[in-house]
Amino acid sequence: MNLNRREMILLATGASVAAMLPFRASAAADEAINAFTGGAEVGEGGLTLTAPEIAENGNTVPIEVDAPGATAILVLAAGNPTPAVATFNFGPLAGAQMASTRIRLAGTQDVIAIAKMSDGSFVRASKEVKVTIGGCGG
Amino acid sequence: MISRRDFLQASMAASAIVGASGFGNWGRLAAQQLLTQDDLLSFETFGNVSLIHLTDIHAQLNPMYFREPEINIGVGENKGEVPHITGADFRRLYGIEDGSPSAYALTYNDFASLAKGYGKMGGLDRIATVVKAIRADRPDALLLDGGDTWQGSYTCYHTQGQDMVNTMNLLKPDAMTFHWEFTLGQDRVREIVENLPFAALGQNIFDAMWDEPAAEFAPYKFFERGGVKIAVIGQAFPYMPIANPGWMFPDYSFGIRDENMQAMVDECRAKGAECVVVLSHNGFDVDKKMAERVQGIDVVLSGHTHDALPEPYLVGETIVIPSGSHGKFVSRIDLDIRDGRMMGFRHKLIPIFSDVIEADAEMASAIEAERAPFQSELSEVLGTVADDTTLFRRGNFNGSWDDLICDALLEERDAEIAMSPGVRWGPSLIPGQQITREDVFGVTSMTYPNAYRTEMTGEFIHTIMEDVADNIFNPDPYYQQGGDMVRMGGLGYHIDVSKPIGERISNITMLKTGEQLDPAKSYVVAGWASVNEGTEGPAIWDVVESHIRKLGTVSVAPNTSVQVSGV
Repeated sequence: MNLNRREMILLATGASVAAMLPFRASAAADEAINAFTGGAEVGEGGLTLTAPEIAENGNTVPIEVDAPGATAILVLAAGNPTPAVATFNFGPLAGAQMASTRIRLAGTQDVIAIAKMSDGSFVRASKEVKVTIGGCGG
Repeated sequence: MISRRDFLQASMAASAIVGASGFGNWGRLAAQQLLTQDDLLSFETFGNVSLIHLTDIHAQLNPMYFREPEINIGVGENKGEVPHITGADFRRLYGIEDGSPSAYALTYNDFASLAKGYGKMGGLDRIATVVKAIRADRPDALLLDGGDTWQGSYTCYHTQGQDMVNTMNLLKPDAMTFHWEFTLGQDRVREIVENLPFAALGQNIFDAMWDEPAAEFAPYKFFERGGVKIAVIGQAFPYMPIANPGWMFPDYSFGIRDENMQAMVDECRAKGAECVVVLSHNGFDVDKKMAERVQGIDVVLSGHTHDALPEPYLVGETIVIPSGSHGKFVSRIDLDIRDGRMMGFRHKLIPIFSDVIEADAEMASAIEAERAPFQSELSEVLGTVADDTTLFRRGNFNGSWDDLICDALLEERDAEIAMSPGVRWGPSLIPGQQITREDVFGVTSMTYPNAYRTEMTGEFIHTIMEDVADNIFNPDPYYQQGGDMVRMGGLGYHIDVSKPIGERISNITMLKTGEQLDPAKSYVVAGWASVNEGTEGPAIWDVVESHIRKLGTVSVAPNTSVQVSGV
């Protein structure tokens, strides 16, 4: 209801399929997590992942990860054809173990962050980010 | 913080009446012809702080009819919870007599006949009378406008919101937050906001480039009233660039940002706020969830979803106050704030019966002055509502106004399928009423009115329907946008509201032929309110006007084309 013909065709050929199916996880994402953690157990807590509930623009979604005491944070877009987004490494002189960036999301999916803490343990946070073709404001 | 039990006990000890809500039952009064302005305004002043909440006026300067929804389905944790209770169930819940003024104001049943009996509601001149009366009781009461004020009428459209700015300034609000205001375009919004004699608030209005709080909108403002330091935090509509055309305000980003809300509440408390009020345009279910997640808010003044509840909704120690729409209601909330805590409250949802509450002369003449230049265009009669029809908009899946608009699109634009946005604004018309140009603008007025005509595949139409349905029926309120389902003309469908996205909509049928929608086939679709830049086509109000003129008398049959399950 909110598209011109050109965009409609673009959407109809590409994004519409993506819009229908929220991606929760994928084999590629699991592989990347395993490579990062070496298969170690992943806990919860101590890692804050900030992302919008609904993306204003799926092509540039602002996200932030913050894990005090982390040495590295892996960020994945589980539903993208290539899930790997970034790995942020923090040296001993880093003032804060925090990073923010903008990522591209192919459709509604979970954004996943895994932090490696200084004691070698891992924690995880994830958040579903909806990529919508638009709605009707009340 | 104190627990809810402590809170109630503290209130008990502190005052005679706790959390009193004075909506009243005026059925008997009205029967005796005794409903007076004094009844509507009677309020025993309480505590040391008064808040006045007005929201979602949608530029309705004059009294009008507004029928509340019959269908308003809640999902997830909000299934069967207020405000997703309508009609007789709503009246039973709040002890409202059938046929009473409260029944007319708050529920949909017998709307046409009750409307004839009780008359129109709202009108900024009546609201001015109410605000002045409250200020006579409590001179330093805070007046807070929840937004959706500068959109929704012929005069508002043609003055780019100036009529509303001028008249609202007479009411002297203390703060405001925003939604449809931004569809005036960011330059116009900045121009107005720069000169506003009150605070323009939104903790979630960010600079899109830097992802930092936008300079033009403060997150909160402090007021000292009754010896109490009160922080009012603004919360604009979170999904503006998604539900409305983002290209009209590209410099801004929104979102719920409840982590920033928590930071702002903490910052206000640290600066000595004894009372924290959130002036919100989140919508009720989002406000409920936010009040659960963010600690330290005393009052959420809730707008956007147009709900009117006669009693506050309690979330822990936070009271959530939804105050309706279109100027039908004004909420007064008196608070007892001591030792940095809310010890108790008294609340009244004041219904603005325009035949009972006297018009304020100063505001009435200001409204008249705003309308005078447009009088002949406003009052031109286009047709008449048939005796069997009430034109209304609210409802999750359709409304008779939208049926009429979809018919206009199908006929005037020669399309197979029509789509009309599920907005919740727009006054109602009752049987026999003349339809004027002003009335058509009441349900169509917006800054992106072009009625497009395009081709879409059946598959893509299905995708759109699933996508919009998820904006309403996602079980997590944070993923809802607060409108209603896109209105479909020319086709019927089945919806299971309990299913996830991609599985809710089925059995999409072309009403004319009875054939199923073919995913591979292309259909001619007409619609309006596209959020895309450069959308072409005539303004929707011209399309609807032309259709009404041809019909003369407008009769809309009950719409049975949507089957609903999973409720």
